[in-house]
Amino acid sequence: MNAYAGKVARVNLSRGKITTEKLDSKLARAFIGGRGLASKILSDEVGAAIDPLAAANKLIFSAGPLTGTAAPTGGRWMVVTKGALTDTIASSNAGGDFGPELKYAGYDMVIVEGAAKTPVMLVIDDGALELCPADKLWGQDCHVTEDKLHEQLGSDFKFASIGQAGENLVRFASIMNDKNRAAGRSGVGAVMGSKKLKAIAVRGSGGVTVADPKAFRKTCLDLLATLASVEVTSQGLPRLGTASLMNVVNACGALPTRNFRESQFESAATISGEAIAEKILVRNRACVACPIGCGRVTSVKNGKYGGKGEGPEYEAVWSLGADVGVGDLQAVAKANFICNEMGMDPISAGSTVACAMELFEEGVIGESQTGCNLRFGNAEALVELMSDIGNRRGFGDVLAEGGARMAQKFGRPELFMGSKKQEFPAYDARGAVGMGLQYATSNRGGCHVRGYMTGPELLGGPPALDPRSPKGKAEVNIGLQNVTAALDSAGLCLFSSFALAGTELPDLLRAATGFDYEPAEVVAAGDRIWNLERLFNLGSGYTHKDDTLPKRLLSEPAPGGPAKGMTVPLDQMLPEYYRLRGWDDKGRPTKKKLSELGL
Amino acid sequence: MARVLTIDPAECTSCRLCEMACSSAHTGQFRPSRANVRVAIYPDDAIYFPVVCMQCDDAPCMAVCPSAALVRDAETNAVLVIDNRCVGCRICSLACPFGAISYWDGKARKCDLCGGSPECVTFCPTDALTFPAVEKSTTAARQAFADRLRDTLKEVTAS
Repeated sequence: MNAYAGKVARVNLSRGKITTEKLDSKLARAFIGGRGLASKILSDEVGAAIDPLAAANKLIFSAGPLTGTAAPTGGRWMVVTKGALTDTIASSNAGGDFGPELKYAGYDMVIVEGAAKTPVMLVIDDGALELCPADKLWGQDCHVTEDKLHEQLGSDFKFASIGQAGENLVRFASIMNDKNRAAGRSGVGAVMGSKKLKAIAVRGSGGVTVADPKAFRKTCLDLLATLASVEVTSQGLPRLGTASLMNVVNACGALPTRNFRESQFESAATISGEAIAEKILVRNRACVACPIGCGRVTSVKNGKYGGKGEGPEYEAVWSLGADVGVGDLQAVAKANFICNEMGMDPISAGSTVACAMELFEEGVIGESQTGCNLRFGNAEALVELMSDIGNRRGFGDVLAEGGARMAQKFGRPELFMGSKKQEFPAYDARGAVGMGLQYATSNRGGCHVRGYMTGPELLGGPPALDPRSPKGKAEVNIGLQNVTAALDSAGLCLFSSFALAGTELPDLLRAATGFDYEPAEVVAAGDRIWNLERLFNLGSGYTHKDDTLPKRLLSEPAPGGPAKGMTVPLDQMLPEYYRLRGWDDKGRPTKKKLSELGL
Repeated sequence: MARVLTIDPAECTSCRLCEMACSSAHTGQFRPSRANVRVAIYPDDAIYFPVVCMQCDDAPCMAVCPSAALVRDAETNAVLVIDNRCVGCRICSLACPFGAISYWDGKARKCDLCGGSPECVTFCPTDALTFPAVEKSTTAARQAFADRLRDTLKEVTAS
């Protein structure tokens, strides 16, 4: 097959059995690959109502048709499963070398089923697949795991693994690859831990063929030229990384601070992209085939917060900084290093600590429970708690359940800042209301990268929209959600969208796969994927009542800054969103809509 | 005037687009394992740079080849493998100080400068790989070193 490896590996851990299947090219065309195709397989094979940590759940590692080609930013891959944090369908995206290597080894996808009795790892060496014991790696962090596996198997292997957080079923554990790249959100690492799968090692010597090399080459070069001319991708991201947003979003009054009590942080500058570049940046690092290279290789020398690794990215510098009231960049970096090493999502980790800090300041919980003075701004406690969470030690065991379950446990569910049990990322929707709609409708709970409304609302578009007004938000949000679903499925990075002006994605897909995709068909595929995910969540027990936001965003006006006095007028956007989606007033896709999409 | 493929390790970001471009041009597939240029990546040290044939003037590979399969292209100055003379003995790989000659399908494989328009340079998004005229290739490095030294001296004298 062109663009696809054409093969799927199915690994049953309960029975220790590995089989290989052919990729269905009809399904590949309709769901593209990556997120879409894996979601289709999960929906078909797994009952949506299952416990995500049960052996009946499946864990799918999935590359896209553009993964492993020269398509700029096309090194991405996805993990799809039912999320341990959210009970929704989960799809977490990562960069690095792992996804391309999987294609070179001859597989588009690895479907992991069942659960092993004792720790195992899967070794994929070109066509040869083998399950090996991993008892000796169990208990090790992701970095040590990779170092040991490099020694054992060879330096040309690439890895995806879980750390202690995944092993201990921390609800927001991530799967790490190439040491510091993360399939971060929704608890995909906990699912891997529940299956006792420590790591996947992969090495491939094969290649990826495209249907029309000449047309593909031209589109790649055109897109490279555009990425080199757009300010965000040629200057902002390479120079300052994703944290370049810190000062921008803070100035807009959309930077959630101290568990969203405020929407501007007085110490934003000290944890900004500029501060990272000046104080801790060693070098940039790019994912495969990416001309942007926004990755930050960083190092904190000496002292109690000494360490090295990558990041923090914008979301992490917010969750482990502004949201917990910590302005000490070294402490934030250290907390982030620990998240990467132990394999957990810094967004949910930081936000859950922020929620606990508010519970503490409200007097709901005390030092006898937390073991420390958990006031906002306590940097030492933050860093300490990171390893406690990963090891489920002391109060870390409570935090490891995530903010929704924790706030519920202490009788204050309204203090959880997230939706569908997943913590929000770094945008206060009261300063940018369309992001509120995105949070409420996201198929994996609180999330920005399923429909990045910050582009139109705060970064000048296109299209540029007034962040305070609900007008026109539903239509733009739906458009972004659909296009993003297609990008995630193709294997491109979301950041390519800063430079996608027209038909680049369908052009790349057509030249690569040989399917005669029209632009409308690619957008329709995104729409199909979105609706499929929605159906999964409805089957899991979610209803339109869950398409909502915490009371704080709906009815507590922002206390200061440019968004002062604002709330999110969700009721002025959501009915229009349902209507434009072709859903009924209870948020259910209509028969007509589903038949249009072939679902 | 001949041009030379020039590497600037400071500019490399480890994106490996050079490997994609090279393998696609030479094998028709995106296949890094068969690229003539490979990026050496030391993630823990944050060091990465492309490794590729330097087209040495006094090329050890040509000297050791027992079947005169390696020849100098008069126009591009590239050392080329003549497939039907190559006996696949791999002695050139051993002789190459850069390890820049690989071997598959029974023949030695190396950078041929794509006939004078290297595809890796076309795809490199930074200036990690460039293709300047030969005299510029050394002056550019000298200038870059001088610039860095100036910056350091400025810092030292300022503090």
